[in-house]
Amino acid sequence: MDNRQKEINNLKDYKYGFSTDIENIQAPKGLNEEVIKFISNIKKEPAWMLEFRLKAFERFKVLKEPDWQKPKFPKIDYQDLYYYSAPKSMKDKPKSLDELDPKLLETYKKLGIPLQEQARLNGIAVDAVFDSVSVATTFKDELTKQGIIFCPISEAIQNYPELVKKYLGSVIPTSDHFFATLNSAVFTDGSFVYIPEGVRCPMELSTYFRINASNTGQFERTLIIADKGSYVSYLEGCTAPMRDENQLHAANVELIALDDAEIKYSTVQNWYPGDQDGKGGIYNFVTKRGLCKGKNSKISWTQVETGSAITWKYPSCILKGDNSVGEFYSIAITNNHQKADTGTKMIHLGKNTKSKIISKGISAGTSDMTYRGLVDISSKAKNSTNYTQCDSLLMGNKCGAHTVPYIKNKNSESNIAHEATTSKISEEQLHYCQQRGLNPEEAVGLIVNGFCKEVLQQLPMEFAVEAQKLVGISLEGSVG
Amino acid sequence: MKEQLQKDFYNNIKNLSLSQKDIEIKKFCLDNFIDKGFPNKKEEDWKFSDLNQIIKNNIGELSFYNDQASTNKVDTSVFVDGLEHNKIVFINGRIEKIDFEYEKKDQIEIIDQSETINEFENSNSLSDLNNAFTNKCFKILVKKGYQLLKPLIIYHTTNSKIWSKNINLRLNFELDKDSSLRLIDLFNDTSEKNFLNIFYNFELKENAVLKNYKVDKFENKNIKYSFNNIDQDKNSISETFILSSGSNFSKNEINCNLNGVYASAFVNGVFSLNNDKHHEIRSIINHLTENTKSYQLIKSVLEQSSKAVYQGKIFVNSDAQKTDGYQLSKAILLNKESEFNAKPELEIYADDVKCSHGSASGSLNEDSIFYLMSRGLSYQQSRELLINGFLLDVVEKITDSEIKNLIKNLLGIKE
Repeated sequence: MDNRQKEINNLKDYKYGFSTDIENIQAPKGLNEEVIKFISNIKKEPAWMLEFRLKAFERFKVLKEPDWQKPKFPKIDYQDLYYYSAPKSMKDKPKSLDELDPKLLETYKKLGIPLQEQARLNGIAVDAVFDSVSVATTFKDELTKQGIIFCPISEAIQNYPELVKKYLGSVIPTSDHFFATLNSAVFTDGSFVYIPEGVRCPMELSTYFRINASNTGQFERTLIIADKGSYVSYLEGCTAPMRDENQLHAANVELIALDDAEIKYSTVQNWYPGDQDGKGGIYNFVTKRGLCKGKNSKISWTQVETGSAITWKYPSCILKGDNSVGEFYSIAITNNHQKADTGTKMIHLGKNTKSKIISKGISAGTSDMTYRGLVDISSKAKNSTNYTQCDSLLMGNKCGAHTVPYIKNKNSESNIAHEATTSKISEEQLHYCQQRGLNPEEAVGLIVNGFCKEVLQQLPMEFAVEAQKLVGISLEGSVG
Repeated sequence: MKEQLQKDFYNNIKNLSLSQKDIEIKKFCLDNFIDKGFPNKKEEDWKFSDLNQIIKNNIGELSFYNDQASTNKVDTSVFVDGLEHNKIVFINGRIEKIDFEYEKKDQIEIIDQSETINEFENSNSLSDLNNAFTNKCFKILVKKGYQLLKPLIIYHTTNSKIWSKNINLRLNFELDKDSSLRLIDLFNDTSEKNFLNIFYNFELKENAVLKNYKVDKFENKNIKYSFNNIDQDKNSISETFILSSGSNFSKNEINCNLNGVYASAFVNGVFSLNNDKHHEIRSIINHLTENTKSYQLIKSVLEQSSKAVYQGKIFVNSDAQKTDGYQLSKAILLNKESEFNAKPELEIYADDVKCSHGSASGSLNEDSIFYLMSRGLSYQQSRELLINGFLLDVVEKITDSEIKNLIKNLLGIKE
């Protein structure tokens, strides 16, 4: 057996499916004002933050769970969830990594996320979020020297209240849709990044999310602000243990780019997708939105979606500043009973704004994949352009691939081009590869990687390697 | 509106000789409509065109009762010259004339189906309105192996003598094995604002060929809705061409079921809009069995503050292997007020398929204008030349040369 085959066999099952036995502090089950106050209290939040949460909760009470999306799911009982869960050892925050619960360190080591700085991975600063709290952030000193703030959002609320107050909820307001509002009410932790004027962040920033406790919803909130002329590249990865029941993950991510700033946000999403019969798995209902506030700003989303039982997310760009640029690169792979409804929104408001959407969907088994996107060029967005390409690849005749783009052009000086194709891997391609000694699965892996190349290229190096492997693994058993 | 609907409904059925059961069915449709009302933008299919608002803003309160006892005079001046054709004439919603003078009489049968109602998939509350208020409904049956020698033109005329603010029409067509029909819908309206609600149902048997050309060219203030349901058997071909231009508001829906192998459907459309017109084409092509084909091409030229919408959906069932589906929509926006919205949708459950769509919208290409002007044309001439070329692309898709010329003349396209 050659090395690659060995590797695939090793990875065949969801390798992050273990759970860690750690004593937890949990909020009482259910969703009510008491629980929100409990979360706010345990995080030692100022009054305005609690107000923000309660306002969102008021609004949440009148909202209805949306039902327009393609993947249907059984009703979630929002009263049957824990909204806060933290390792007990985190109650009084450890000062340094040495004080961290060894079990936690062990968990992250298993996940391949080295928290100890000596075992650093090409100098990526990591913020690790375990259930509801951030457990460790690495490379803090080095970043502080440049004036960069990279810390858990709960710390930022206490230490940088002006920044948080100014920007939190400015892109995703508390009055947004059902899941975003839920997040605003009960979010527990997440990352906060602030890059000062003119600073180019010297390393990749990364957050690693892990849902461990059962019956827990994970509601993290990430806020990234790139001040004038700055640049940051941010990575996000996620895993969860194998459990029979479905777990809810409803995060909010807000990006704000001021004049001439650039934010690159990459995600490799590998939540537990459920077993082969579609039992268990994460419901990944995430709201990601970026605001190109200043002129010449740029926001670029790259995502590799291989996990989750249901993925339902649309990382969007609001191109408000003149000459701003929005990009969206996506690979979504569904296998077995997974369902994904994903895409983007590009809202052109400023002059000379540009956006580009490249979406690659691959569905296998009995899964369902939908690209749903909106390109909206408003009447003031003179001279704007959009290019959209969404390709789907089908493997087998039990899966589905769908494309639902909405295209609105209200400006005669702007151009929109949209292309979409759906096809399967051709027999000729397979035959060609097999003739040269690859087995059918390797051949499919090679062809799929080629199909995804345009997107994989956008990922930072270390992630690209991981993602490429993930693409191969996700499609295991879908041929033949 | 509810009182008006009920009053007009009873006035209407008084004049008809219907059995109690038929009245019950019509009443049921009416209640359905009262319940749902006109489609509005909360419904996904009406997202870009809120008919409820459009009717409210343009017509206000509708009335539904038409006295169809007295005949209208057929104005022969509206008939198309230079093209021999069969005629069906609707005036203010009443069938005044059915004339197949060029055909063998025993090969075409006209069956009164007034007592039936039509129910379609992918339809909406307007079909209930239609079922409740249509007085006469005919089915035109083209018999096995008969191919009509001349095209059939259906004249839709409204004039100032109209009673109500709403006209409902319904026609059924059956094309038996190996038969063919060329059908032109020609709209000619001189009435004030009305709401026209038209349902056609086509049943195509093996090898049948249907060519349907809908021409709404003459300026008018009407609000039109038209729904074509096409069921296609093995080897049949349907070709639909829509020239959408004259009315204030118009929405054409095509729902096409490709039930038999090697069946194919073509939908081509031209939007040529000015002022504040708002037109929409929505097509749903259902590939239900293997080896079926569909092709759609929609082009729009939008002036002033006009608005065009194209919603196209290709649905491929898991049995429909070897499907070939294609969809392209292009729009030129000539004014900063004009607007083009598209929702080209693919829903695919089979893997051995070739499906694609494209959509592009933008301004006239300045480089092309420069090219033409540098060769001595004026700006205006260059512009017209480019727009003509753009639209000609769709018109050239018309497979019938006689009708192609007719439509070219109507559009004022010179070769």
